[in-house]
Amino acid sequence: MQYLSDKSLKKDNNMKNIKVTIDKKEVEVKQGTTILDAAKSVGITIPTLCYLHLKDFNITNRPAGCRICVVEVEGRRNLAPACATECTEGMVINTHNIRVLNARKTVLELILSDHPTDCLICAKSGNCELQTLAHEFGIREIEYQGEQSTYKKDMSPSIIRDVDKCIMCRRCEMMCNEIQTVGALSAVNRGFTSVVAPAFEQDLSCSPCTYCGQCVAVCPTGALTEVDHTNQIIRLLADPTKTVVVQTAPAVRAALGEEFGLKPGTSVTGKMVSALRELGFDYVFDTDFAADLTIMEEGSELLDRIARYLKGDTTVKLPILTSCCPGWVNFFEHQFPDMLDVPSTARSPQQMFGSIAKTYFADKLKIKRQDMVVVSIMPCLAKKFERSREEFSTDGNPDVDFSLSTRELAQLIKQANINFNALPESDYDAPLGESTGAAVIFGASGGVIEAATRTAYEIFTGKTLEKVDFTELRGLESIREATVDFNGTPIKIGIAHGLGNARKLLERVRAGNSGFHAIEIMACPGGCIGGGGQPLHHGDSSILFARQKALYDEDKSKAIRKSHENPYIQKLYKEFLGAPLSEKSHHLLHTHYFDKKKVIEIDE
Amino acid sequence: MAKIKLSNTKVEQIKAICKEFNNNKGELINVLHKTQGVFGYLPAEVQEVIAEELGVSVAQVYGVVSFYSFFTMVPKGEHPISICMGTACYVRGAEKVLDEFKRILNIQVGQTTPDGKFSLSCLRCVGACGLAPVVMVGEKVYGRVSTDSVKAIIQEYQKEKCS
Repeated sequence: MQYLSDKSLKKDNNMKNIKVTIDKKEVEVKQGTTILDAAKSVGITIPTLCYLHLKDFNITNRPAGCRICVVEVEGRRNLAPACATECTEGMVINTHNIRVLNARKTVLELILSDHPTDCLICAKSGNCELQTLAHEFGIREIEYQGEQSTYKKDMSPSIIRDVDKCIMCRRCEMMCNEIQTVGALSAVNRGFTSVVAPAFEQDLSCSPCTYCGQCVAVCPTGALTEVDHTNQIIRLLADPTKTVVVQTAPAVRAALGEEFGLKPGTSVTGKMVSALRELGFDYVFDTDFAADLTIMEEGSELLDRIARYLKGDTTVKLPILTSCCPGWVNFFEHQFPDMLDVPSTARSPQQMFGSIAKTYFADKLKIKRQDMVVVSIMPCLAKKFERSREEFSTDGNPDVDFSLSTRELAQLIKQANINFNALPESDYDAPLGESTGAAVIFGASGGVIEAATRTAYEIFTGKTLEKVDFTELRGLESIREATVDFNGTPIKIGIAHGLGNARKLLERVRAGNSGFHAIEIMACPGGCIGGGGQPLHHGDSSILFARQKALYDEDKSKAIRKSHENPYIQKLYKEFLGAPLSEKSHHLLHTHYFDKKKVIEIDE
Repeated sequence: MAKIKLSNTKVEQIKAICKEFNNNKGELINVLHKTQGVFGYLPAEVQEVIAEELGVSVAQVYGVVSFYSFFTMVPKGEHPISICMGTACYVRGAEKVLDEFKRILNIQVGQTTPDGKFSLSCLRCVGACGLAPVVMVGEKVYGRVSTDSVKAIIQEYQKEKCS
């Protein structure tokens, strides 16, 4: 019997099959299979808590620390953690005899003995894995009374850490270090005082945290949650002096339905628009419009750099990196400050939207920007931080006033007593609600670069693109490379999702021999569909695949599928901006980056 | 956290220690050990240099520093006092001895007196269980320490300073 490191758990297909008996059922599994997976293959669910496995994303948390998944292996003295114990030939396993059930219950009661019991008002109530276990185990009293650990609450612009609710499952630590390679969180101290925290137990805002929110996305309890702005929104919607405008990000429509019991991958665009109108938003617009605008600016920037490069300009920075993702922007500001001139200067769609809404659209309505409130619905927590950046405000008035996550929108709809599933479908308002298929795929990894390719190809070659589907750019492999033929000029494209993968690509770029012309990077696994603000996947990766499919299906169903063909975008340039990369565009739609690397002060 | 600046020579010294261990992140504990040997303690700024040199996050370095009781982020006193909390010492009253040290010096475990003279820490077994409870001041071992003898031990070092 042995414990497994994740490396040794990689199953070898040439390995022979072995037979084990689980709850009197004979099971044949490949050598190397854990008891947990073997049981699952015959429909036996063993409860888990710290364990998390996102299939096909190379994301696994297996510290075998919580001991909830223990099972009895006949002939073995101690109970074995099913998540980290490999099956061996002839093993006889009992997953729910009295010894096992008692042990699990004791373990859970001990965990609960150092956990607050304010479930009724916890942000995670109803969606908490610890609460679910307590419910399933029928816990009615906690026998163990003792000291409770208390820590200060950490409020960052995006994420709230309420570590009293931490059960030390270490999922957030795994996400932050192994997957994202951000290194904001680590287990610190020892014994009863141990806690997952940033260096020197400072607040997240003092750490290299990118606010990607992947820690929140995997936290089984209420220890990590998003900053909640729903109450401010309710108040503003009731204020007759304010014109409240809402924009919805591409990935939200593919996931919001899950919060209302709909099957993952159900696209709820029309219902969501109706719900936002019922909530009282004055104008329901689409971030997709701004995504089309992003393509105009970012695509033009790409073509400009390529044109200069082909003319022999050696100062030009290639590849160009996308800059839509605020988690990614925070990441390179902290970790690659020597490369701040490599990413596109184009603002993210959220910020482009805010900027245009509070100038172009406010002018049209003949109202002051101070009387307009722009709310964004995002699959993302880093967007909350992004909107608070100083450079995205004019005279102290931010371009985007509030950013809500998909989860917060669902909460808002529930609070307003709106029967979401019975809502009719309706369309976005004009002019900032019109978008193309190119914009909707922004929500999936590879989508931004595919959208940019559709537009850049036509501008670069002067020819009409016959086949708009660039399937070679799609998929959920961690790092993808493809070469697109621009009528004889090969354009090499790289794609990474997850910041650890981004780091790998970026190191190649830094080395100077990557050969890429353009790279798309998204901070979250799968892109925005797997964002930190989305309905929780609880380790089920099929949900992410379903959301991805929903976005590509929506793209396919659109009449216009290239950003530059969006008639309202054309109108915006004609009436207001002039041309992509014009002075006005630069002022309103582009930004600059900051070196945020912590330096040690040297005192001579 | 009080922000103190590091001198360039100190930064170079830390870098040299990291280099000794080939800037290998697996050697983190050894690097910390040696650095503490040189500086006496491991303030935040020192940990930041080590993190940068070894290519690990500051959070992880702090995780290790805060896990092991040997590592300290506050400068040790001129006379570091360690009370053995091993089983033998503990059952013979080490905790009471510790409380007496805390009371007289008016500091907690892991702290240093404001004058920088004494610091207080606990350790596990110095291999002198026959003399339990055992207290170490610097390299000197005191055996069969009782609460009554604590004051005398402290005075021994206060006198030393006066002379």
